[in-house]
Amino acid sequence: MISPSESTAPPAVTLAAHGLSRRFGSHTAVDGVDLQLRRGEVLGFLGPNGAGKTTTMQMLTGNLAPTAGAVSVCGVDLLEAPVEAKSHIGYLPETPPLYRDMKVGEYLDLVARLHRVPSAKRRAAVDKAQARCGLSDVSRKLIGKLSKGYQQRVGIAQAIVHEPDVIILDEPTVGLDPNQIRDIRALIRELGGTHSIILSTHILPEVEAICDRVQIMHHGKLVYSDTIAALKQFHSGRILLVGLNNPPAMDELAAIPGVTRAEAAGEHLFRVSIAAGADPTTQIVTLAAERQWGLHQIAPAQTNLEDVFVNLTTRDVTDGEKAA
Amino acid sequence: MIFTIAGKDLKALFTSPIAWVVLTFVQLIVGYGFLKRFDEFMEVQKQLLQLASPPGFTELVAVPTFATTAAIMLFAVPLLAMRLIAEERRNQTIVLLTSAPISILDIVLGKFLALLGMLLIILALVALMPLSLSGATKLDYRLIGSIVLGLTLMAAAFSAVSLYVSSLTTHPIVAALGAFGALMAMVLMGENVADNLQTRGLGVLATFAQVFSPVKNFEPLGKGVIDSYAIACLVLLTVLFLAFTVRQLEARRLRG
Repeated sequence: MISPSESTAPPAVTLAAHGLSRRFGSHTAVDGVDLQLRRGEVLGFLGPNGAGKTTTMQMLTGNLAPTAGAVSVCGVDLLEAPVEAKSHIGYLPETPPLYRDMKVGEYLDLVARLHRVPSAKRRAAVDKAQARCGLSDVSRKLIGKLSKGYQQRVGIAQAIVHEPDVIILDEPTVGLDPNQIRDIRALIRELGGTHSIILSTHILPEVEAICDRVQIMHHGKLVYSDTIAALKQFHSGRILLVGLNNPPAMDELAAIPGVTRAEAAGEHLFRVSIAAGADPTTQIVTLAAERQWGLHQIAPAQTNLEDVFVNLTTRDVTDGEKAA
Repeated sequence: MIFTIAGKDLKALFTSPIAWVVLTFVQLIVGYGFLKRFDEFMEVQKQLLQLASPPGFTELVAVPTFATTAAIMLFAVPLLAMRLIAEERRNQTIVLLTSAPISILDIVLGKFLALLGMLLIILALVALMPLSLSGATKLDYRLIGSIVLGLTLMAAAFSAVSLYVSSLTTHPIVAALGAFGALMAMVLMGENVADNLQTRGLGVLATFAQVFSPVKNFEPLGKGVIDSYAIACLVLLTVLFLAFTVRQLEARRLRG
């Protein structure tokens, strides 16, 4: 069933999962996850530890059989034709699968062979992957002798050397220093132009910086799924963080026209919710000056995703089940 | 694809010290035994000539040399096989193979061939000892060929068993000990279980038991007798344990 469905929509669906579930004994690790990924899309997969992200990724890459549900990669059913489906996937597991006593170039050549890159193109594919991940200088070094950050990069290079349609990265920036993280993020963005990427992480700014879409998992269920753009639009400017050294009563803040709610968000820091369309920033500044509240900071709340995340993943289980 | 994996694992064997230690060990023991028997042969050669049909160099020197090799295989194979799957699972590098477009059968066959390739290298080095005298004496090439065939088939059976044990654990040492135990059990069982069952009239069970007696099945070939039933038993044992290994790795995907 390989149907190039170009006619329906320009970006074809590269990865689709329906009702994916996995039980370990009586414990349900993943429960009815639906997922769809189009070409050129970067999907951020979020969730607290133990939410089922890694289990889901293992099922998407054919390393774990689902209890229920189906996965198709570029129109090929992963459970019925695993070998063909896997040829479209590049996977970086939580622990990078590196042979420590191989040289970087030698290892990537092996990976290219295993993924059936034709021998004429193998050299170029390995060189390209090395260049993309900043590994050209260490090509002749033993993987075991490299630092953790470089090993992580070899792990990413391993997932992209055969130019797969779908790239699945389980916490790709773990163990990297800030500069390397920036490089890897740029690389993921670049790859996202032509490939489909799923990456799991618990670094929220990372998702906001590089993903088109975000899905949040909690207790094995998908609790949130939306585009980053929609998320930003929805929350943009609706919460102000106001720092006051000499704060008034909460009611006084809440009484300012355009403010719907005010609450403490830390020491001398307040979270002020704003009604749609209103902008009470000027009023707050003027009032703060008049009444000597000691204003030292006023800014729109930056970490919108964090709010959503905390909101969704700290509710108790009964609450979550009611909502689901 | 099978050969890509076989090449990778054969290379990995030679990057670890185990392969070199085993090779050295085999050469020392077998080489010493060969030279000692050669020496003895030279001493008794004149007396042998007085016999009606005297045993030749092949029977008195080459055959015992190959027999020593067979005994050494009993612990060399588990040692060489222990890392093949256990360590890949321990370091989680097996994910690289299971995520690639390769069937589990190809992965298992690749690893099996790597191990068999290593054992054939050992066997070739051993075979070179008697063959080095091919110009000086008349060798019984048919007997040597039969023994080498038998040793190869037995090495394959040992490899399949050891590979299976390596897929059961993530500790290489446990895999080596387990495989050694399993092979020893088969050797001890082969000594009497099949005969015992036969004398009690349980012919079907005896036939079944003989499959699991690789050393007993090697014996006719070691004497130059091409016993097709013994050969079939060795091949069957190999195929059986390779299938067990595939099943075991498939089960990991299902169980998680």
